[in-house]
Amino acid sequence: MAESTVLNLVLWLPVLGMLALALAPRITDRAVRGFTFGVMLLQLVLTAWLYARFDGAVPGLQFESKVSWIGDWGVNYHIGLDGLNVLLVALTAFLGPLVVAGAFSAITQGVKLFHSMVFFIQFAMLGTFLAQDLFLFYVFWEAMLIPMFLIIGIWGGERRIYATVKFVLYTAFGSILMLAAVIYLVWSQQQATGALSFAFADLGGHPLSLEAQSWLLGAFALSFAIKVPMVPLHTWLPDAHVEAPTAGSVILAGVLLKMGTYGFMKLGFPLFPDATRAFTPALLVLSVVSIVYGACLALVQSDIKKVIAYSSISHLGYVMLGLLSLDLIGIQGAIVQMVSHGLVAGGLFTMVGMIYERCHSRAIADYGGLAKLLPVYSVFFAILTLASIGLPTTSGFTGEFMALLGAFNAFWPQHVAGNSLPLAMAILAVSGVVLGALYMLWLAERLLFGPVKAPHQPFQDLVARERAILVAFVVAIFALGLFPREPLAKTELAARDYQQRVMSTRLPVEVAP
Amino acid sequence: MRMDLLTLIVLLPLAGFFLNGLLGPRLGKGFVSVVGCGLPILAFFATLRAFTQLQASDAGALAETAYTWAIVGDFRFEIAFWFDRLSALMTLIVTGVGSLIHIYSTGYMKDDPGYARYFSYLNLFLFFMLLLVLGRSLLVCFVGWEGVGLASYLLIGFWFDDPAKAAAGKKAFITNRIGDAGFLLGMFLIYHALGTLDFDAINAAFNGPVAPAVSASLVGLLLFVGATGKSAQIPLHVWLPDAMAGPTPVSALIHAATMVTAGIYLVARLNGLYLHAPEASQVIAVVGLATAFFAATIAVVQTDIKKVLAYSTVSQLGLMFLALGVGAYGVAVFHVYTHAFFKACLFLGAGSVIHAMSGEQDIRKMGGLAKKIPITFVTFAVATAAIAGIPPLAGFFSKDEILWFAFASEYGGSPVLWALASFSALLTSFYMFRLLWLTFLTPSRMDHEAEHHVHESPVSMTGVLVVLAILSAIGGFFHVYDFLEPVMPMPVENEALEHLKLPLIGIAIAVAFAGLAGAFLVYRGGLATAERLQQRFAGLHRVLSGKYYVDELYEAVLGKPLHWVSEHVFLNVGDRTLIDGSLHGLTSLAQRTAGRLSRVETGNLQFYLLLAVIGVALSLAWMWGNG
Amino acid sequence: MDRTQLLLTLSIALFCLGLVGVMIRRNALVMLMCMELMLNGVVLSLVTFAAHSGTLSGAVLVFLVFVVAAAEIGIAIPIVLLLARQRHTLDVGAYSGLKG
Repeated sequence: MAESTVLNLVLWLPVLGMLALALAPRITDRAVRGFTFGVMLLQLVLTAWLYARFDGAVPGLQFESKVSWIGDWGVNYHIGLDGLNVLLVALTAFLGPLVVAGAFSAITQGVKLFHSMVFFIQFAMLGTFLAQDLFLFYVFWEAMLIPMFLIIGIWGGERRIYATVKFVLYTAFGSILMLAAVIYLVWSQQQATGALSFAFADLGGHPLSLEAQSWLLGAFALSFAIKVPMVPLHTWLPDAHVEAPTAGSVILAGVLLKMGTYGFMKLGFPLFPDATRAFTPALLVLSVVSIVYGACLALVQSDIKKVIAYSSISHLGYVMLGLLSLDLIGIQGAIVQMVSHGLVAGGLFTMVGMIYERCHSRAIADYGGLAKLLPVYSVFFAILTLASIGLPTTSGFTGEFMALLGAFNAFWPQHVAGNSLPLAMAILAVSGVVLGALYMLWLAERLLFGPVKAPHQPFQDLVARERAILVAFVVAIFALGLFPREPLAKTELAARDYQQRVMSTRLPVEVAP
Repeated sequence: MRMDLLTLIVLLPLAGFFLNGLLGPRLGKGFVSVVGCGLPILAFFATLRAFTQLQASDAGALAETAYTWAIVGDFRFEIAFWFDRLSALMTLIVTGVGSLIHIYSTGYMKDDPGYARYFSYLNLFLFFMLLLVLGRSLLVCFVGWEGVGLASYLLIGFWFDDPAKAAAGKKAFITNRIGDAGFLLGMFLIYHALGTLDFDAINAAFNGPVAPAVSASLVGLLLFVGATGKSAQIPLHVWLPDAMAGPTPVSALIHAATMVTAGIYLVARLNGLYLHAPEASQVIAVVGLATAFFAATIAVVQTDIKKVLAYSTVSQLGLMFLALGVGAYGVAVFHVYTHAFFKACLFLGAGSVIHAMSGEQDIRKMGGLAKKIPITFVTFAVATAAIAGIPPLAGFFSKDEILWFAFASEYGGSPVLWALASFSALLTSFYMFRLLWLTFLTPSRMDHEAEHHVHESPVSMTGVLVVLAILSAIGGFFHVYDFLEPVMPMPVENEALEHLKLPLIGIAIAVAFAGLAGAFLVYRGGLATAERLQQRFAGLHRVLSGKYYVDELYEAVLGKPLHWVSEHVFLNVGDRTLIDGSLHGLTSLAQRTAGRLSRVETGNLQFYLLLAVIGVALSLAWMWGNG
Repeated sequence: MDRTQLLLTLSIALFCLGLVGVMIRRNALVMLMCMELMLNGVVLSLVTFAAHSGTLSGAVLVFLVFVVAAAEIGIAIPIVLLLARQRHTLDVGAYSGLKG
């Protein structure tokens, strides 16, 4: 079908771009930037076409491609769009050109290598979302580390080596355990059915004891929790964000952080439902701790990027809350919150990059009264702040509201039946909306209001390119905030499927003697 | 276009926001004034038209769905509007008084460089406020609820060069947010129990034969927490006095006439729920009364003209909640209506005084303004008499009904409530007339510089003052609670107490005049008597001036500990020492172990050979041992 | 003692002498000579077994070993020479650059 070809094209376009850059003889920096931007834009157009043609009423995968890769092991090159990844793929494609455009004036050394790395990571991220085969998924999951390592390590700030090594080691540690779990899972499936297969569809069928499920979930969850990031496995994020160049931060916050929650949603919870339900209390506590702890820490930072990094930890706690609620509204809210956070945090980091290019400082203490110096900039900053706070009409509200409502809806009956911990956690999570307003408004006040103060004045307000990027972010945020009906229609069947899977069981059935 | 009328009413100010925000700075003050005032006025006329349609139709309300926000499973989240008598009244107040204040602003903000920005924010506020009062469901109401909080933040911190003003805006938003958390929890509970968020469905469910499976009082209390934040009741009242940092018309519109009444609107709208929630209603009545009393005591010692009015607003809102708490919903809305007139008139009058005094707001430096700015004086005096409860002005009617029901309602009324409320009314009359005397009637204490520049305000300002003063005078004759009877029934009165109705009215009138007399006696000559009293009751005066030190208490109990814990426990101990510390410990352990192990590599060839031979010998021995 | 056993003992002795020599001596050339001694010990054992069992394969292998040994010496001596030119000593202990 034509659509599956387009999907393959969307995935492999960055690789073609990378090859073109590698093979091009002498090429100017401007040409590199323009070419990369063009390819990303093409990818976005194709993705938009696929998004429009994605039918929310059809269950299962759409635009599938399945080709045998390592036949002896049952590994296939199997990609497809379903309700769980369609919005995330759209988000990745949307952020691609914005990241490249944002880096036009920021990256001046090693431009060709940088853009090759951007292509590489775009390929790896899309592959992770699109993969329907566990081996393929793992390959793409690991592949994401290489370009990110280079981007932070080469074009980052002062402590970039420390930050990037920390990032890689943290993630790799989780991945090793995940590899062991993958091998065990596939092996057990082979024991049960006789056939060796890595396909997601096949791995969910055979029974697994609660003990086996618990260990496997633990291994997968460790890897995903590091990526989300959930407290206490979060300390790589502030360092990575602070030291990464702007484009790196936007990619990191915009898409990479969604990998963790996507992993939970696609793999972790549905494959091990009994263990998930058994561990829900612990996971809930950790999610809500992330919300509150992240928010409290955001309040006492002195670096703008660290504030936004900790706010990311806080926001993604809502996603976990929604996923664990097993309520349809909660799950849909979690999906929306994933996309919303990608847009809001991506936008905020882009804005930090813009001010850094002018003033070369990320310290909050160096700034004040920007509303007078950079009025247009301040308007966009205020809008993004409000979206982060979750003001109704922005996407932040849609995600947080639905996730909290779903959590409440699911946990109140449990409370009535005697299990009050989930409800207590949900109530604590609501306090997150107050804390969120607290640190973001504090940041906005310090930066935008009060007496005027900024290093390296005078400087210009936003140029047309910067304005265009921010308008794109803002339009997307309001579109998702005011008209979430259509995106939700596309994800509903997949959300239901997730819900049904996590509520089912795959414990071995006792055979009567 | 009949069915789209409500959506039009809501969208007109939003258009104003965009037009003024995007084009205003370029097209100049004339454009901004016309668009900024014209669109609210159009909205007002549209509301009138909707009102006539409502009266003409048989149905109790007009309903309109703008669009579907989201569908999840079987549940549709609709953006829908509902226009019954309560919404009609509220919308008329919002658009009517709102338009007047917009017109006033054209005069007051004439010389401000942020003119376009001001009007765009004001229009934005109107949009959200209309969403709030016209929304059919708690969801739409909440969108408006948060939105007016945003507009309030932007307008309080309008002159953001001054960090104190910006901080006041932030304080308002955060305090509101705390209330909003309660609102959200109440909303979630209702959704879970009833499967709907529509006001009419909620009221019907609670009024219906089968009681819903959730405690009405629990929901009622949670929603009231939200109302406490928005309507500045104890303990979330602290933002309102600080909100006086914003331009005075903003104080009039948002912090007197409309936004702060959102909490009362919410409770009144859900009267079906609250009628079946006696515990929650009791709490509302007590909190409202306590707020009314405490705010009134603080207002007595305030020296800033706007702060007196701010505390007065908090106090009056408390009285409205008292009415709600005893089931007199229509009466509370009646007081909202009269309060909108006289409080807006008072604030705008204060604005006129500040304008005349070139920015001075301290009443100790005023006096003798009556002859110099007569229109302001007369309108201010009328509004003062109205708020004090002097018959036959509007305030008398509404306040008297509240006092009566506080006394005689079967749904929680008691003489104690009445007595304290009457005492608060006495204080209200006293401090309002104190304000009148010190500002206008006592001999002048003005700086000579300021005295020279005193001038009456332009017609755009005084015209509005006159209109509002007239409304404050005659507004009370329209008995709102009768008009609202079909939507919110009057509470049952204790018939045994019926005979006390007239005496109580008499007491209320006496109280109003007693306050007037007290103020006259203490302040007629200026500040001398007051200063002597202040020295005699120094301790009490300090507590009152310090606003009972509530702000300091919050800072000490909430603000500082939050920062301290976040910084020292979470950041230093948690993140740095525990998590990063253990990570760094692990890596240094790995490095040290590797360092030690690498000592095997001596670089000495023969040592390696020795090790290899030992290894071979051991494996041979093992193989020989294991056959 | 049997002739075969005697010869095997001799070959083991040669091998061990060579091994000990390589382990103890620090002169590169002496180490090479001791390695030759080890090889010769192995060759002797090969010939002994060939003679004992009456087959030829052991004897053929001897030739292979000798050729390899010669080739090895042909390469090892020049390497030692080049190294010696660098450090001006034949002491193996001087070449510990890969320490740590």
